[in-house]
Amino acid sequence: MRNYVCQVCGYVYDPAVGDPDNGVPPGTAFEDLPDDWVCPVCGADKTEFAEE
Amino acid sequence: MHDALRAQQITDRVWWVGAIDWDIRDFHGYMTGRGTTWNAYLILGDEPILIDTVKPSGKAEMMARIASIIDPASIRYVISNHTEMDHSGSLPDVVRAVRPAQLFASQMGAKGLPAHFDVGMEITPVKDLETLTLGGGTLTFVETRMVHWPDSMFTYFAEDQVLFSSDGFGMHLASQQRFADELPAEVLDQEAAKYFANILLLFSPQLTKLLDKVAGLNLPLKVIAPDHGPIFREGLGEVIGRYARWAEQKPTMKAVVLYDSMWDSTKLMAKAIGEGLAEGGADPRLLWARGCHRSHVMGELLDAGALLVGGPTLNNGLFPTLADHLTYMKGLRPRNLVGAAFGSYGWSGEAVKLIEETLAAMDVELVQEGLRVKWVPTADDLLRSRQLGLAVAQRMHEVCTTRNGAIHR
Ligand SMILES: [Fe+2]
Ligand SMILES: [Fe+2]
Repeated sequence: MRNYVCQVCGYVYDPAVGDPDNGVPPGTAFEDLPDDWVCPVCGADKTEFAEE
Repeated sequence: MHDALRAQQITDRVWWVGAIDWDIRDFHGYMTGRGTTWNAYLILGDEPILIDTVKPSGKAEMMARIASIIDPASIRYVISNHTEMDHSGSLPDVVRAVRPAQLFASQMGAKGLPAHFDVGMEITPVKDLETLTLGGGTLTFVETRMVHWPDSMFTYFAEDQVLFSSDGFGMHLASQQRFADELPAEVLDQEAAKYFANILLLFSPQLTKLLDKVAGLNLPLKVIAPDHGPIFREGLGEVIGRYARWAEQKPTMKAVVLYDSMWDSTKLMAKAIGEGLAEGGADPRLLWARGCHRSHVMGELLDAGALLVGGPTLNNGLFPTLADHLTYMKGLRPRNLVGAAFGSYGWSGEAVKLIEETLAAMDVELVQEGLRVKWVPTADDLLRSRQLGLAVAQRMHEVCTTRNGAIHR
C-alpha cells in the first residue's frame, strides 16, 4: 500500500495510520477510502491526491 | 465621547474596532510599504459580538476603541475567523478581560488555536454553512479552507448584509479612512493585487471553487469587511470579480525580466532582451533582483504572461538574491507563464542551468535554451539577447491568442 500526498496542503495519507479521527481505520488503502473522504487538513477531495 | 481612539460605525449595527499599523514594513517577509490595519469588528445587537481580534501589538488600541462605545465586559460572544496570530494574537487577553460566554471558530480553528496559546476557555466549533442566532443577529459561517489556512472562514451577518471575510479581499494598507471608496483607486488596485499575489495565489484552484460556492449561496451583500485594509461598500461585484480573474491567471503580454548582475554583463543582456520583447509587442518590466523586494516582484508577476530570469554565476552557483526570489516565487505557484533563463559568467557558468531547472519546476514553458554569455557580452551577444526577447514575445502572442482568443494587456 502506498502513501498519497495532498497537492493542496502537503498532508500525507499513510495507509498504515489511516484517518481514525474521521472513521478510517489503520490499514485502509488510499484506493479503498470512500469517495466522499476529504483531506483532514485542508478539505481537498481524493482527486487532489497524488502518489508519494 | 472623551476618548482619543474611537470605534467607527460601518453599518447600523457593525462597528470597526481594529488597529492601524502605520509602521509595519515587514509582514512575515512581505514588504508592507504602506503599513496595514488589523481589523476587528463589533456587532451591537442585543448582546455584543466581537469578530476577530488584532495582532498583539495593536491590542491596547483595539480595547480602547471597544471601550469608546461599550463596556468591553459586555461582549458576550467572540468569533475567530482565522487562527493566524495577526487576528488571533489578542484572543487570550480578550478572553481574560471580557470573559465571553462563547468563543466560536471553525473545526480546524478549534484545533489550531490551542496549538498557538492557552486560549483560556473552551472553543465551540462551527460547521461549514452553519447558521446561529447570536445576540439577536443571524450569523452564517462559511468555511474557506486553504484560503488561506485550513482554519479560515467567513462570517456573514444577515441583518446588515455584511460579509466578514477574514484575510480574503484584504490588503496591506494603513489609512485613517475606513472605506475603500474614500481612497485612491490606483493605490487600492496595486495593494489588492500585491496581497493576492503574495498570500492567495497558490490557492487559486481552491479560491475559484470557493467563489462559486459563495455565489451559489446568493447572500445579499452590502458590505465586505476584511481583516486588513479598507472596507468595501461600493463595487462589490468587482471586488469579487477581480479575485476570480486573478485566480484564472490568464496570460497577458506583460513580461517580467528579473535579473541581477555583478559587473553589468547580465544587466546588459536584460536590457537587450527588454528591447526585443518590446519589438515583439510585449510590455517588459525589468526588475533588478537586489533592488526589488520579493513581494513586489510577485505583485508584478500576478498579471504577467512571461518570466525571464537572468543571473551571473557566483562561486559556481546562483546569485543569492535570485535564489531568494525564485524560492519564494516557486512556493506561490504562478501559472501559465512562458520564459527563459540567461546570464553572463566567467569560467564555470552553472547559474543559467540552475535558473532553468527552477523555471521548469515552476511549469514555466521555456521558449528556448538558456542564453549564456562568457564575460562581457559582445555586440553579437546582445543581438542574440534581443532575439531571445523577440522569440519570447512571439510565443507570448501565440499563447495569448490560443488561450484567451484575444490579447489581454
Ligand atoms: Fe492569514
Ligand atoms: Fe491576516
